Amino acid sequence: MVRNPFVMQCGEFHVDYKQDMAIWKIARVRWRIFMIVALFALFPMVATDYVVGLATLCGIAAIGAIGLNILTGFTGQISIGVGAFLGVGGYTSAILTTKLGLSFWIAFPLAGLTTALVGALFGIPSLRLKGLYLAIATLAAQVIILFVISRWDSLTGGTAGLVLNRPQIGSFTFMSETSYYYLMFVVLLITIVFSLNLFRTRVGRAFIAIRDRDIAAEVMGIDLFKYKVLAFFVSSFFVGIAGALLGHYTMIVSPELYSISVSIEYLAMILVGGLGSVFGSLYGAVFITLMPVVLRSVVDVLSGTFPGLEGVLVGMKEVVFGAVIILFLVYEPDGLNKIWSNIKNYFRLWPFSYTK
Amino acid sequence: MAFFLQMLVTGVVVGSVYALVALGFVLIYKSSDAINFAQGEFLLIGTYVCLTLVASYNVPFIAALLLALAFSALLGWSVEKVVLRPFIGKPVISMIMATIGLSSVLAGIVHIIWGHETRVYPPVFSEKPLQFGEVIIAPVYAWSFVIVMIWLMIFTLFFKYSRFGIAMRATADDQQAALSMGISVKTIFAIAWAIAAIVSAVGGVLLGNINGVNSSLSLIGLKVLPVAILGGLDSIPGAIIGGILIGIIESMTGGYLDPLVGGGLKEVIPFVILVIILMVKPYGLFGKKEIERV
Repeated sequence: MVRNPFVMQCGEFHVDYKQDMAIWKIARVRWRIFMIVALFALFPMVATDYVVGLATLCGIAAIGAIGLNILTGFTGQISIGVGAFLGVGGYTSAILTTKLGLSFWIAFPLAGLTTALVGALFGIPSLRLKGLYLAIATLAAQVIILFVISRWDSLTGGTAGLVLNRPQIGSFTFMSETSYYYLMFVVLLITIVFSLNLFRTRVGRAFIAIRDRDIAAEVMGIDLFKYKVLAFFVSSFFVGIAGALLGHYTMIVSPELYSISVSIEYLAMILVGGLGSVFGSLYGAVFITLMPVVLRSVVDVLSGTFPGLEGVLVGMKEVVFGAVIILFLVYEPDGLNKIWSNIKNYFRLWPFSYTK
Repeated sequence: MAFFLQMLVTGVVVGSVYALVALGFVLIYKSSDAINFAQGEFLLIGTYVCLTLVASYNVPFIAALLLALAFSALLGWSVEKVVLRPFIGKPVISMIMATIGLSSVLAGIVHIIWGHETRVYPPVFSEKPLQFGEVIIAPVYAWSFVIVMIWLMIFTLFFKYSRFGIAMRATADDQQAALSMGISVKTIFAIAWAIAAIVSAVGGVLLGNINGVNSSLSLIGLKVLPVAILGGLDSIPGAIIGGILIGIIESMTGGYLDPLVGGGLKEVIPFVILVIILMVKPYGLFGKKEIERV
């Protein structure tokens, strides 16, 4: 018998820990998720190339944002160096595929691994530094890595950067927007499934304990140094993967693509989406990636009535971007994810919302 | 030797401007535990306001400077009231992101009003270089140093003798005790932001006179971080000494090492120092060590 998969549960009636830990809280959710995944898998069939391209960029940003959220949202270690780590991923893949002639399928995981190692290296100070000081140290990492990238001409092509190719399987090249979307989609799915499960394991729980109170966590027997460096490692792995995907998508890597403003954009994504939430990173990535596009089209519409609006678009983007960050911080610090779960909770008991 | 002295003098002058800007940064951190990533934009707005008054409205330089400082004070004051007030006592990341958001908004406004191209001040100081033995100093540099020193003196006296200065030190020391002694901590926070904006504007005007004004000037806001960390985030003498040290190191790197690596090292070396300090002495030269308990 097929029942409506979008029927909501009307409360939580868990009787043991196994139910509490379950990803699918009720069996029917499974079908709902499968349908949503199928919807996104089928979406390029109807959408134009431009929209599919935007979706690809959103997805790649989401992979990076999930990576950053593992570090900042779940483990509480603020990093302002994501931009440079994206760059490490992109450049590793670029160097391995163009200079060494390796296949994308080998270079891609290696890019993640290299970024993870670099990330872990810059995570070592996290044992002594926390909060503000760590944020400043990662900012230094950003500046130093970018300097190395733009100066090591023989390896990285200096400020001009490197040109990449799209990946291939046999004679098939992921040249079209749609095919690259599917490549991104598979990686994104793996990232989401991995990170959702990560926080059901010992390691993930340790990360959360460190975020909530690191000294208390240490007293409980969590090796702070090991888990903090591990958090940097895992987080940077996904950021590097995202960097490599982005590099092969835009087919160019150059230092100015990985500036500090990129780091800030990624921080904004997890903040707007929701710190410490896997799906929040996804919503935030989509929000921040699409914001300039939406603003652009609004300006296009309005420029008929307000000439000169075109000229201030760059400045306007910055103002809107900053204002969005501040407004979210003031009015909904838990981000889009919280807004979405508030909506769901409202309808869970609707129309008897007073029965808690 | 002449080259060395020349580099030293340049370093001290630029470093003293860093020290002034870092002073504002440290002041905010000391009083309200916030790190201000928008310091660079304060600097930019101050110098642009002054430039516009001088270049477009033919206001005399000194009057324009004072007007720009008054405007900056107002800006810092209102920014604290409107943007930062909700974040008192919030987690570090909220504070960091709030000031980053603020810097983005301010940078956007600067781009909308003043555009992107570099502008130069009409010559304010005489162009005739001063000669001290082997060292030649442009008057701009000499005046900058003098002006920074005057401001540092003013602040030293302000913190030592004025009512507000003493109240600020009391607040930095212990907010609750200050509150119970009848000090309005809110007013102190607002004053700290106003002063931070003022010193940034002074720094911006001086650097603008030396190098011209464009939006990349706001990068000084990031360079202040190594300065403040070197001296200790909550130490005012630390900010001054750190600023001059970083200025000298930067200038020496630019003079001796940059030709070897092909440039750019000058911009990075403060951050390399920053990492080393954080590894060796996280609370800087004069910073107060935090003791944490569960």
